[in-house]
Amino acid sequence: MRILRLIPIVALLLVAATYNVDGQCKAFAKKVCIPELGAYTHDGNYHAAVLVEGEEAELYKTFYSDMEYRVSVCGDDKLPDVEFRVLDANKNVLYSNKDANYAKTWDFKLSSSQQLKLVVKVNSFNKPGETPASGCVAIMFGFKIKK
Amino acid sequence: MNKKYGIYSKILIVVLMVTSLLAGCKSGGTKATREAVTVSVPKDNIAVVEDIKQAEKIFNALPSPLESAMLIKSAGARFDASLLNPVGNGNSYVTNKSMALNLGIYTCDLSFASLYEQTQLIIDYMNAAKKMADGLGILKAVEQSQIDKLEENINNSEVIMEIVSETFMNSNSYLSDNGQPAIAAMVLVGGWFEGLYISTQLVDMKDFNGNKLVGRIIDQKLSIDILLNLLEGSKGNPAVDDLIVQVKKLKLIFDKISITTSKVRPEYDKTSNVTVLKSEVKTDMTPAVFKELSTTVSEIRKTFVNN
Repeated sequence: MRILRLIPIVALLLVAATYNVDGQCKAFAKKVCIPELGAYTHDGNYHAAVLVEGEEAELYKTFYSDMEYRVSVCGDDKLPDVEFRVLDANKNVLYSNKDANYAKTWDFKLSSSQQLKLVVKVNSFNKPGETPASGCVAIMFGFKIKK
Repeated sequence: MNKKYGIYSKILIVVLMVTSLLAGCKSGGTKATREAVTVSVPKDNIAVVEDIKQAEKIFNALPSPLESAMLIKSAGARFDASLLNPVGNGNSYVTNKSMALNLGIYTCDLSFASLYEQTQLIIDYMNAAKKMADGLGILKAVEQSQIDKLEENINNSEVIMEIVSETFMNSNSYLSDNGQPAIAAMVLVGGWFEGLYISTQLVDMKDFNGNKLVGRIIDQKLSIDILLNLLEGSKGNPAVDDLIVQVKKLKLIFDKISITTSKVRPEYDKTSNVTVLKSEVKTDMTPAVFKELSTTVSEIRKTFVNN
């Protein structure tokens, strides 16, 4: 009987948990991803979401010629490696962290301002029959004035 | 017993279904963004549309208020306090739309004051931003401990920038994580417009050609579609729909500015461990187009700050 009474409570907790998953990404971004920006000033913007292995996300942003940038892409420990590529407006790949042992950060500057696209992909553990892993992925930008 | 078990099972099934639906609605926000993006992308750019359709989550990142202020300073512009939105106006912002837009505006003003070490203004604008965040129900956006830290480090620009960045992230992460993308978008729009407004007002027409600040204003053309895509994600919200009309008006003027860029060539510098994205760019904006742009930005910004 007592167990039965607990069912709606458990279910309500489940609802609350579903809603808090993304909320946890803020703490993750703050604790794990922002420190990766090092000496670069975090711009204050927040780009984070829960991704499942194999899932992809895209980010569009203008980068300015006056600045030096560091992008930091971090994935939860539960996830496999997170790949990120940076593309120009003509879809040319300018950088892929796959070539740098899935590095979490990339430092760059531009001789002229550009709109770039970041494609972030969570790799797959390739374990058929198992529940796919999911966790927070955050994309943070730091900048400093070009020397 | 069995009857009661049946009732509880039914409750559980209903609650789980609601959970799934709610969760679906949440990720549906991304889907909505996708559909909205499809509408706003030019017809001739089918490949881009297809690209966007494939991605599960799209982030449209505008320059943050801190980055906008930094761009103004790096262009060598002077500080002019009269261009900021007076903190006294804060009392008249009572709708979510006006508070969201002015949270972005006050954060940009705060960033601008911070970079030019305007100590009293830094405190005033931090409090103004806090008032907007509180009004929007954003929990812990600006905490008293941060204001205290700000006062203690009022002459340390590095710490101040860190606090400004942190408080802004507290606001936009709260809004994003709590299913308020329309409000989050409006905060970013407010900040972007304020940066553009301050920049356009600081341009000296006698020194128009080769002016670095004019170059940064031209660069904002690169962000106008990102801005529209961001807003289109919350299309249907009356406040956002009004903003879309205003931004489209501004886009018509940006369309008169030409930017031609050569192929981007990444060159890795081993010494600094920095990749340089090299390209050549040609831009063209006549003084007449600049004046039109400046007037329109000023008119739109007036609708934000005068409420």
